[in-house]
Amino acid sequence: MSIGPVRRDFTPWEDPSAIPFIEFRNVTKRFGDFVAVKNLSLKVYEREFFALLGGSGCGKTTLMRMLAGFENPSEGQILLDGQDLAGVPPFRRPTNMMFQSYALFPHMSVEANIAFGLKQDNIAKTEIDARVKEMLRLTKLEAFAKRKPHQLSGGQRQRVALARSLAKRPKVLLLDEPLGALDRKLREETQFELMNLQEELKMTFLIVTHDQEEAMTVADRIAVMDAGEIVQVSTPAEIYETPSCKFVADFIGDINLIEATVLEKHAGGTRLQASDPEFLIDTDQQTAATEGEQVWFALRPEKVRINHGSPSGESVNQSKALVWDIAYMGDVSIFHSRLSESKTMRSTVANVTRTVEQPISWDDEVTLSWERNAGVILTS
Amino acid sequence: MRNGPTWFNVTSLVLGFSFLYLPIVLLVIFSFNESRLVTVWGGFSTKWYGELFQNQQLLDAAWVTLKVAFLSASIATVLGTMAALVLVRSGRFVGRSLFSGMIFAPLVMPEVILGLSLLLLFVAMDQARGFWTVMIAHTTFAMCYVAVVVQSRLVGFDKSVEEAAEDLGCPPAKTFFQITLPIIFPGVIAGWMLAFTLSLDDLVIASFTTGPGATTLPMKIYSQVRLGVTPEINAVCTILVGLVTIGVIAASLVTKRQQVQRERDERLAFGPH
Repeated sequence: MSIGPVRRDFTPWEDPSAIPFIEFRNVTKRFGDFVAVKNLSLKVYEREFFALLGGSGCGKTTLMRMLAGFENPSEGQILLDGQDLAGVPPFRRPTNMMFQSYALFPHMSVEANIAFGLKQDNIAKTEIDARVKEMLRLTKLEAFAKRKPHQLSGGQRQRVALARSLAKRPKVLLLDEPLGALDRKLREETQFELMNLQEELKMTFLIVTHDQEEAMTVADRIAVMDAGEIVQVSTPAEIYETPSCKFVADFIGDINLIEATVLEKHAGGTRLQASDPEFLIDTDQQTAATEGEQVWFALRPEKVRINHGSPSGESVNQSKALVWDIAYMGDVSIFHSRLSESKTMRSTVANVTRTVEQPISWDDEVTLSWERNAGVILTS
Repeated sequence: MRNGPTWFNVTSLVLGFSFLYLPIVLLVIFSFNESRLVTVWGGFSTKWYGELFQNQQLLDAAWVTLKVAFLSASIATVLGTMAALVLVRSGRFVGRSLFSGMIFAPLVMPEVILGLSLLLLFVAMDQARGFWTVMIAHTTFAMCYVAVVVQSRLVGFDKSVEEAAEDLGCPPAKTFFQITLPIIFPGVIAGWMLAFTLSLDDLVIASFTTGPGATTLPMKIYSQVRLGVTPEINAVCTILVGLVTIGVIAASLVTKRQQVQRERDERLAFGPH
């Protein structure tokens, strides 16, 4: 099954008439004096794969635990499928969670772990057996059905935890750092398996992670959180290309931040004056900042070209620099070039040929250049 | 370094084991003594064991002791497990440190004081002393041992396992019996066995809190020994030693077998497949 066409047309958040499936309304959570979540509002739509992304202590796990019912909000409302969840205990909520520690029942076999949730619902035994079998097949665990958790490897335990949380076909599956304990290769594989599963089961997934690559890989939309607040909610591409502030720009991927002042605003865009060293930047972007205001110009390293001599095109932004350091990563090389004593700029160049000898070397005088639409003006 | 028996090692071993086991070995040997005189060997015989089972007083005392031990260990296990759960789980509440200090106080409190205070309580309540008062007293002092054992098991317990059960639709009480209890069960059983043993050999607290018709075995032995050691007492003690030894060996065998089973399972799980 190809998921491309489904994914391409799936944008309920742009439809003002769409009814949110999960809604946080002005939710605040305090632990004593510490405010874990601050007056937060968020809408997640049915069948969305939604990621809460942020560093440790940003409140993302607390937010998820409030949805699962393990914590109660100090203020505000949480709605799921139109129902206010206040006062509903965890065992009556139509959500299931996959725990970071997997939290498998150590005294039960893989089968019994998966069947546990179904047995709570008075479902006929034949039906339970069928569902367990289906889950074992989905997670490729058929051969391990009779094993106990301590007889499984880390990756197998992760799949048992996933199968157990999926078995009840919850309205929302909550994933708390689900792949944190896996090694890189297995993690990447599992990310794609998760996406396929979500598509196949037509369920809403909410994932909590601190790994931006993971969030960008799996999610339809990402909410970047910091200090109990949502900083930006957008699709992975929008978050990467048009971050709303310095925090998001810096948190997601690599970025060059150039301090500048707004020199001139005109119909075709904005002209900025960089302050260290002084050079002009032209962009297509219109900014809310007034002329003379201090702003930051954010530029991704892969959008900066590095050349000997002058680049072609008149309207292209450029600056002279000295190559200071080169990091060869195999697929790309990262150049650190000095614009001034205190300012360096990073640029990534894809290594498109197998030449080991680099045309640009240490201490070379180079010109860094970028298109008018390559960077973004940030005011905060 | 030379590995092998040196004079020092052999001497230490002999001295250590002699101190520990010589009295018990003597007791066992003399329980098979033909002679009525405890310190004079008169040939091998098992007649004292035969007489022992004719001695209704000793048998009664043994039966009382077993009943007290079984009941008090069971109640102490329930109470001790509950106390451990509260201490580990409830997080911070007013009086938590006071409670945790108080539950462990009987571990270090002199038995005489505990016995005396219980006696005063029963007298103040105008409670006729006997089987039930001994049982209650033993429950009181055994439950803190159970709490310690169960608590150590609970500290290493991943709370998210319980959360997972509730998340999957299992109400809290059912979660306790289906998830928590099976996981901490080895600790609970160990606590029960400890409580049983403590009750079995307690003399001081039982002496304070018992009444007519509820003489426990240690009390009986003690009072008989004051009149002079008889080979019969030796026989009773030998049987007790035998029971305890069998119990300890059985427990260690079970643990060992579980260990071996677990290791084999792990080899299977992590081996090539």
